[in-house]
Amino acid sequence: MNKFIDVQNAEMVFTTKKGRFHALRQIDLTVAKGEFITLIGHSGCGKSTLLNLIAGLTLPSSGVLLCDNREIAAPGPERAVVFQNHSLLPWLTCFDNVYLAVERVFGASEDKAKLKARTQAALDLVGMGHATLKRPHEVSGGMKQRVGIARALAIEPKVLLMDEPFGALDALTRAHLQDELLKIVARTQSTVVMVTHDVDEAVLLSDRIVMMTNGPAATIGEILSVGLARPRNRVALAEDPHYVHCRKEVLDFLYTRHGHVEKAA
Amino acid sequence: MVSAVFHSPLEAAAEAGAAHRAIPAPKAATPVAITTAKPAGPARPAYDWRELGLKVLPPIAGLALLIGLWALLTLKSTSFPTPGMTFDAAVKLFADPFYRKGPNDQGIGWNILFSLERVAVGFGLAALVGIPLGFVIGRFELFNRMFSPLISLLKPVSPLAWLPIGLLVFKSANPAAIWTIFICSIWPMVVNTAVGVQRVPADYLNVARVLNLSEWKVITRILFPAVLPYMLTGVRLSVGTAWLVIVAAEMLTGGVGIGFWVWDEWNNLNVQHIIIAIFVIGIVGLLLEQALMLVAKRFSFDD
Repeated sequence: MNKFIDVQNAEMVFTTKKGRFHALRQIDLTVAKGEFITLIGHSGCGKSTLLNLIAGLTLPSSGVLLCDNREIAAPGPERAVVFQNHSLLPWLTCFDNVYLAVERVFGASEDKAKLKARTQAALDLVGMGHATLKRPHEVSGGMKQRVGIARALAIEPKVLLMDEPFGALDALTRAHLQDELLKIVARTQSTVVMVTHDVDEAVLLSDRIVMMTNGPAATIGEILSVGLARPRNRVALAEDPHYVHCRKEVLDFLYTRHGHVEKAA
Repeated sequence: MVSAVFHSPLEAAAEAGAAHRAIPAPKAATPVAITTAKPAGPARPAYDWRELGLKVLPPIAGLALLIGLWALLTLKSTSFPTPGMTFDAAVKLFADPFYRKGPNDQGIGWNILFSLERVAVGFGLAALVGIPLGFVIGRFELFNRMFSPLISLLKPVSPLAWLPIGLLVFKSANPAAIWTIFICSIWPMVVNTAVGVQRVPADYLNVARVLNLSEWKVITRILFPAVLPYMLTGVRLSVGTAWLVIVAAEMLTGGVGIGFWVWDEWNNLNVQHIIIAIFVIGIVGLLLEQALMLVAKRFSFDD
């Protein structure tokens, strides 16, 4: 298995007003090209911190992170991020939000018509082609998240990093967008690292589920290979013994072996 | 069933029953609908009038109370003008607001315009310096630490304390007044712009970092639009301060202007005109504020 993303012995220590906080300890993780990985764990276990490290938004206290054999020293468009709260710029239309990204990545080599076509194609891909001229506050939460995904996909990243992208959505919208994401990823062969706290989401979408222990000094507790055939159908899988088994494994890890300790807060 | 509100509970209950029965038999619903709509029809516009009345009447009542108290207190006074006398003087004054009889005797319109011009120049210069300074202070921690103590030190200084410095440096009354407005109205813009820059959501800046946007794009596409509402709050406060300061500054420097005019009328012992000036200053300040509120509304973005 090739190591497209390679995290080697990463440590993360934050210096806060209350003193040093050891967030991540001895993280070793490799992600293959085209693989879909989810990071799951209780809140405060540092899964978002790990995602930010891969994104390059924060740098590790020690250890090395590589993407395509190059050290991750800063954020860059080859590692696109879909943020938890969509992070669309409210003063730009949906189209302009995506265009801003497209222009930055392809502006030097392509003319305006091509850039616009790329933007439109990305919005069409997530089913938002009809609302290009609307501003983010004029569309629903699910639609905003779609545009956020379109912005990330439009720049043809090597890796798609998603930080609880569907966390703020209602269950039905979430299921719908998960299905859409499965289709898009199947089509684009993207490498995806996604943070989630939803067990079903993790099992349905992932090739492997990275389960993290509780913080402080959280680390990777276990990695579960899901191994379900694709394309996956949520309704058919609901009674699939292997799916149920995977789900049980994750639940067992999260609640039996690493139950959330509230005193940390 | 909204119309039921306008009926007695008994009627409403009967209607509710009728409506229930109407569900399986739609034909029966038509006569019921007509009977309920009729009393509601004339009630609608009456309701709207009440809404309007509630909006308009209290401010009028407040103003009437003020004028009433004023009239009551000046009933036996000989030195303080009554509302009626003041109103008559105002009518005379505004009949010819743009006359010119020498440098020290010009219409109220000219006085207001001259004051507004000074405010515009002083405030404009303050915006030109204050907004970029606010951006720099907000964006770079070093400058924040450098300038924050200075701003805290200079912000509470009274406008009149700055005037002698202006007179000393510029050796002339008009630039000194403008200088005073400049130095007093710059702080709200600096502080609010800096706060706005510091409060740009980290997510937006992370988007910029992930996309690797150029500094120019970061400023034009992210910082400027995000800071704009804060900046406009600063501008609004600054204009308010500038208008507050102009009266005091002009009283001391003289020339043509609403502040000077107040002092001049005091020397003439024309108290009616002073009261008129107070109203005029208040109304112009209110209009400036409202105009800027409209601009701010145009540029505020709901997330």
